[in-house]
Amino acid sequence: MATTATNRTLAFLTSSPSLSFIRSLSATPLLRSNVKISDEAIFTSEHVEMRGALNKLIEKEINPYVDEWEAARSFPVHSVIKKLGEGGFLGPTRDPEYGGLGLDYSYSIAIAEELGSITCGGVPMAIGVHSDMATPALARFGSDELKKEFLAPSIAGDVVACLGVSEVGSGSDVASIKTTALPKKGSDDLVINGGKMWTTTGTKADWMCLLANTREGDPHRNKSLICLPMNTPGVSVAKEIKKIGNYSSDTAQIYFDNVVVPRKNIIGEEGQGFTYQMLQFQEERMWAVASILLPMERIMQATVEYCRERKAFGKSILDNQVVHYRLAELETELESIRSFLYRLVGLYVAGHDVTKLASMAKLKAGRLTREITDSCLQYWGGMGYTDEVPVSRAWRDTRLLSIGAGADEVMLSIICKLSGTLPK
Amino acid sequence: MASLRALVGCKRVIDYAVKIRVKPDNMGVVTEGIKHSMNPFDEIALEEAVRMKEKKIVSEIVAVSCGPPECQETLRTALAMGADRAIHVEIKGEEYQGLQPLAVSKMLAKLIQNEKVDIAFFGKQAIDDDSNQTGQMVASLLDWPQATFASKIETEGSDTLKVMREIDGGLEHIKVKLPAVVTADLRLNEPRYATLPNIMKAKKKPFSKMSSEELGVDIKPRLQVKSVVDPPVREAGSTVENVDELITKLKDVGVV
Ligand SMILES: Cc1cc2nc3c(=O)[nH]c(=O)nc-3n(C[C@H](O)[C@H](O)[C@H](O)COP(=O)(O)OP(=O)(O)OC[C@H]3O[C@@H](n4cnc5c(N)ncnc54)[C@H](O)[C@@H]3O)c2cc1C
Repeated sequence: MATTATNRTLAFLTSSPSLSFIRSLSATPLLRSNVKISDEAIFTSEHVEMRGALNKLIEKEINPYVDEWEAARSFPVHSVIKKLGEGGFLGPTRDPEYGGLGLDYSYSIAIAEELGSITCGGVPMAIGVHSDMATPALARFGSDELKKEFLAPSIAGDVVACLGVSEVGSGSDVASIKTTALPKKGSDDLVINGGKMWTTTGTKADWMCLLANTREGDPHRNKSLICLPMNTPGVSVAKEIKKIGNYSSDTAQIYFDNVVVPRKNIIGEEGQGFTYQMLQFQEERMWAVASILLPMERIMQATVEYCRERKAFGKSILDNQVVHYRLAELETELESIRSFLYRLVGLYVAGHDVTKLASMAKLKAGRLTREITDSCLQYWGGMGYTDEVPVSRAWRDTRLLSIGAGADEVMLSIICKLSGTLPK
Repeated sequence: MASLRALVGCKRVIDYAVKIRVKPDNMGVVTEGIKHSMNPFDEIALEEAVRMKEKKIVSEIVAVSCGPPECQETLRTALAMGADRAIHVEIKGEEYQGLQPLAVSKMLAKLIQNEKVDIAFFGKQAIDDDSNQTGQMVASLLDWPQATFASKIETEGSDTLKVMREIDGGLEHIKVKLPAVVTADLRLNEPRYATLPNIMKAKKKPFSKMSSEELGVDIKPRLQVKSVVDPPVREAGSTVENVDELITKLKDVGVV
């Protein structure tokens, strides 16, 4: 009996690909490696050079530790952000006065795309929240004083930012948030009460770009974005939320109990917070689309190679037409998203409002990543259902894209609104 | 000592992380559509030059690359890392296929003379063909002293370098009088990343292009490549049930 069991175990092991083989997959060149990035309409040789430099930083300072961080459910966000800040990767579009380089948004997108070479979803998400989701409104509408205090050190990588929009009772319906920041009588301060939910990096960040109601009235005109130092008395982390993916990144629920901040911490005009946040979402959505391109290419490439090696019924899995046709279909879809994104960024750089197109691209990208990771995982068979292979991590991590930064249905409702097809 | 002029050789090679594939005609390896980057040892050499410039020992750094138009990318990296100027000696197609260390060395030696260089930095070898010849050949063409496999470089007075070299079984300390050729070993330093601000500044740095004819160098190959083949693949092993079977197997192949 014992011998039979051992034999079967051995048979299983030898018929399964070795782990070292699977690990070697991630180092193989990408499907698209023969397209020169600088030949893409929105990129130049500086973009190429920048991506090369960022890639080096990622391969040396981030990727070797990702498995460890995923297992620990935490990564050293301050030191990673500092390294990126030193490289100048956290604020290429920002005003040089605050440490930026005054470049156009295509540089941010090139960075977002390259961050996709990080081998998990949590680390790039935390970086993106810091650089492209918590700061655009501050950079565009904030006072000089606020920008010196919060924007400049964020671009340098000396402090880490988080974004507090969603709450326990309001996610998709941003206008319905309950947190208040009301004037304190007889002073120039605001008193904040309420709480935030799903705050990425909430347990570690130094400051939050907070959306709160600063007065009564029309929910689209009663809110403000406020720079809130996280060490202010009354701010507490209620809990760290356990998630099905993006393990390295912490996600927190935060409470505010009579938190006092100066009124001057309001970004731009009081009452404009909802509008600013909606504008800020454009960049967040383009960033999100860019961030999935490389992970999806990598997963498809790994799947091609795995299926080429793996044999069943006397031929490789890849030799089944249903498999290689499906992969070709998905690759085609991914390239169309890339083209869509590049066009959209081109328009944004030229000064257009791209709310509708950005919502469309985000919708498509969310749906496509679900299809790609699900199809790929399927072709890995039992191995796809293990923790040992990159495809299962991608499947878990990228599921978020259809939920975060506005769910698919919210994207649809924005598109409908802008197309004038919503019921009156 | 701040007047030393440095030249650094920056070869474009297949990226170290890429799996090399031999071409079907067995005459070389596949390079099209493959990620390339600066030879890692050249990066180390450049980093050393930049550090010497930061210490005000070196006044100007010229980065040179001989090869196809894509070498301009490599040179741009060099400028972003801290080189002051770049020279691209363009060699394309067939000529580049047959380009060998002696021809490259002649071009470099010529440039070194033209540019009145005091220290010529190279990587100890390029990770593509692993020739480990260029630095040495340049030194002999110029009749300069050479300090190869440098893992530490210090200056002594205004015209001497103290170089620590990694050799079999230990370290060797030598002194070379300038002008000299130095080739960088792995442990000399850890090269910096190019930062985005420096990448943007590099755009404005002088960049010149020339041909091997302009340098008056004959780059025809002196060696002929007969064939390029993959290293033998390690054969799969087999699992044995017990020690007796292992011994039988070992006896079968005649090793016990
Ligand atoms: C890992 C993670 C990180 C996050 N990080 C942040 C952060 O840093 N900062 C922050 O502010 N938020 C963050 N979020 C919150 C995220 O933006 C919200 O989860 C998202 O907006 C959806 O809100 P909700 O979860 O409240 O879902 P709900 O609003 O409860 O919606 C639930 C579902 O209902 C459906 N639905 C909603 N509206 C409509 C509609 N109009 N028509 C049809 N169907 C609809 C959708 O399918 C939606 O998924 C994060 C979330 C996660 C999971």
